[in-house]
Amino acid sequence: MVAKLWKSVALGASMAAALALSPASAKEWKTVVIGMEGGYDPWNLTDSSGKIVGFEVDLANDICKRAGVECKIIAQDWDGMIPGLKAGKFDVIMDGMSITEERQKEIDFSKPYAAPPAAFMAAKDSPIAKALGAGKVVNAAKDPKAGEAAVKAIQAALKGKSIGVQSSTTHANFANKYLKDVATVKEYKTTDDRDLDLKAGRIDVGLDDYPTVAATLDKPDAKDFVIVGPEFIGDVFGVGEGMGLRKSDADLTAKFNKALDEAFADGSVKKYSLKWFKIDTTP
Amino acid sequence: MDWDFIGKTFWRLMAALPLTLEVWLFSVVLGGLIAAGVVWMRVSGSKPLAVLARGYVAIFRGTPLLIQLFLVYYGLASIPAVRHSLFWPILREPFYCGVLALGLCTAGYQSEIFRGALLAVPHGAIEAAKACGMSGLTMFRRIIFPIALRHALPAYSTEMISMVKATALVSLITLWDVMSVALKIRNDTLVTYLPLILAGAIYFTVNYILGAAFLSLERRLSPHLRARPS
Repeated sequence: MVAKLWKSVALGASMAAALALSPASAKEWKTVVIGMEGGYDPWNLTDSSGKIVGFEVDLANDICKRAGVECKIIAQDWDGMIPGLKAGKFDVIMDGMSITEERQKEIDFSKPYAAPPAAFMAAKDSPIAKALGAGKVVNAAKDPKAGEAAVKAIQAALKGKSIGVQSSTTHANFANKYLKDVATVKEYKTTDDRDLDLKAGRIDVGLDDYPTVAATLDKPDAKDFVIVGPEFIGDVFGVGEGMGLRKSDADLTAKFNKALDEAFADGSVKKYSLKWFKIDTTP
Repeated sequence: MDWDFIGKTFWRLMAALPLTLEVWLFSVVLGGLIAAGVVWMRVSGSKPLAVLARGYVAIFRGTPLLIQLFLVYYGLASIPAVRHSLFWPILREPFYCGVLALGLCTAGYQSEIFRGALLAVPHGAIEAAKACGMSGLTMFRRIIFPIALRHALPAYSTEMISMVKATALVSLITLWDVMSVALKIRNDTLVTYLPLILAGAIYFTVNYILGAAFLSLERRLSPHLRARPS
C-alpha cells in the first residue's frame, strides 16, 4: 500500500518535472515572460489603471518586436527576482538590475541597456546638504583618484548619520562597503519604504540611481529634498543595468543582444531614456 | 553539503535572536499590561467602559497585524504633528514601533484569554469567599486569581508562541531580526532554502522551549490534577 503510494507520488513528480522543463527545452521562443517590480519608478511602475509602464516596458516592447517574440510582463518582488528566474516563473529580469560579478555567478546578463550614475538625496536645509553641496558626476572607473576623494567627502559628511538603501542592490553594496563604519545603514525592501522614512526624518540620506532619485524628488511631497554630493559611476556600481537571463538560455540572450544593438543604433534606447529619465543613460 | 556555509549562516541568524526575543518580551509585557486594563474595563460594570473595551478587542483582533504595524511605523510618521510631538524620539525608532504595534495587537487577544479565565472561576468559590468575610482584594488575591491563572495558562501559552512567530513581521520595518537576516542571506547568496530552513528551526526551538516551560508551570500549579502515588 505504502509502496504503491510512493510509486504514484514519484510518477506525479516526474510528470510535473517534465511539464516544468518543456518550455525551457523548447528552442523555439514564441512567448517570453519578463519579470519586473512594477514599483521602481521610473524604470517600471504601475499606473493608476493597474498597468505596468516605464522605461523598461517601452524598451521591452521594442526589443521583443525586433527579436520576433511576444512578451508578457509580470510583477515580481525584488526579493525573489533571481530565485524566480531560476525557478522558471519568468524568463527575463528587467528591473534596473546592475550587472555584478556575484549575480553573474548565478545568471547571465544581456549587454547593459542603461548606465545612470548613483545619486544621494537629503533634506535641502540639512547639514549634509550644506557640507556636500550639489556635486557633479564622478566616474570612479575612469578616474579612481576622483572616486576616492568623493568617497572621503561622503564619509566625512555622513559621520554619525543614517543612510537608507534598497536591500541587495549595488547601492546597498556601496553603503556597506564605504559607510558602515561611520554611519547607520538601513536596508529597505522597496525604494518607496525608504522614501517614506527619508521624508519622516528617520534617515538622513537616501542613495539610489539617478533616475529613481529624480522621480522621487519630482513628487510634490518631496519639495524640501534635493540631490546632494557626487553622482557616482563605476566602482561597486559596475557597468550598468542589463536583462537577467538563465544561463541555459544562451540563445535567448543572443537574440536580445542583437535586438539591443539595433535599438542602440537607431537611437531608440536613447529616446526612451530621455522620455522616462530626462537624461541620456545609454552606456 | 557546505558545512562551513551552514555554520556561518546559523551563527549569523543566532546573532539576531536576541533582538527577536527582545521584541517578543517587551511586546507581550506591554500587551499584558494593556490587556489587564481592558479586562478591568470590561468587568467594571460600567457600560461605556465595557463598550470601549469591546471596541478595542474588535479592532485589534479583527485587522491584520501587518496593517497595524505599518500604520504605527509609516502611518504615524507621515503626520507632521506626530513628528513634532514629544513622542517622536520613541516613534522614530523602528524597535519601539514594532513593540508598540505587536503589544497593542496581542493585548486584544490576551484580554479575551483573561476574561474567559475570570468567567471560569466557579460562582460557588466566590460565594464561599464572601461568606468567609473576605474583602474584594483578598478574594481576588487568594481565590479568583489562582483559579483564573490555571484556566488561562493553556490559551496564554498559545498566544505567547504565536507572538514569537509574529515578531518576524518586524523584518519589514528595517529591524535586523532572525527573519530579516535570513532574507538578507538569501538575497546575497541566492541560496533560497538553507537560510529559511535554519531560521524556521530557530523559531521552532524557541517555541518548543517556551511551550515546555508553560506546560511545566501548568503542572506545578495544578497538583490536584496529578495522579496520586499509590
